[in-house]
Amino acid sequence: MLQTVFFYAFSIVLVLSALQVVLAKNPVQSVLFLVLAFVTSSCLWIMLNVEFLALTLILVYVGAVMVLFLFVVMMLDIDIETMRKGFWKNLPLAICLGLVILVEMIMVLVTKPVVVYKMSQTDATLSNSNQIGWVLYTQYSYPVELASLILLLGLVVAVALTLRSSEKNAKYQDISKQVAVSSLGRIEMVKMQAEKPEIEGE
Amino acid sequence: MIGMNHFLILSAILFAISIMGIFLNRKNIIVVLMAIELMLLAVNFNFVTFSSFLHNINGQIFVFFTLTVAAAESSIGLAILILLFRNMRGVNVEDMTKLKE
Repeated sequence: MLQTVFFYAFSIVLVLSALQVVLAKNPVQSVLFLVLAFVTSSCLWIMLNVEFLALTLILVYVGAVMVLFLFVVMMLDIDIETMRKGFWKNLPLAICLGLVILVEMIMVLVTKPVVVYKMSQTDATLSNSNQIGWVLYTQYSYPVELASLILLLGLVVAVALTLRSSEKNAKYQDISKQVAVSSLGRIEMVKMQAEKPEIEGE
Repeated sequence: MIGMNHFLILSAILFAISIMGIFLNRKNIIVVLMAIELMLLAVNFNFVTFSSFLHNINGQIFVFFTLTVAAAESSIGLAILILLFRNMRGVNVEDMTKLKE
């Protein structure tokens, strides 16, 4: 009973805040409502006994990604009026499209109910984080390293894109020079006489 | 009692709202990026729901990787946005046709 009440309360908050993200006039407002949506959905995930991912969602999204968004939105001087151009013109089409997609997905769910198999691969005595750790560092160890590579890529690309080439110590590639390079300019063959190796201690 | 379908319909609503958001705010690339984040959240919601109700941990591992990719994607997207703002004095989507010329 209590679970039902909490589920509906959280889902109403989630849907309303998602609508506000989409409809809000000021981008700063929509970032803040997106934070609310993430926090609410992490509450719902805790109801599903997915504690580790719920906390990761708050740490990664609210702590990192949303702060990044907030920085960028506040830093850029955005003209809100031109941004809203075409909003009311597109509204009927957008509502129709959203409703069609929603009705289709709900129809799939209702007409062909998902059968819940008891796969029961999980060990109920372990906590959720413990279970994830057991799988993540054995079966998925290679994908984890690939994921770390993706994060490194994001870091390097973000720095490389936003670094100004006019900055004093910035090292930049000169594209025309790079294209004009031939193999002769890169390798130089040197003739030298063989030398006797010096033996230490002599 | 709250079943699996409740959670799945909630994530379907979330997905539909974010698609609506992309249509409504086509001029505003920041809100488009935020709608994409919302869409990824809806997908993650499905993964978590199935993983919890089917007692299979692999769905949660997949959400983990989706979070990684989403973080990298948004950081690169915002970097591109800053670059765009610096070069064009604004983030109007209609000005982004320089590659055509």
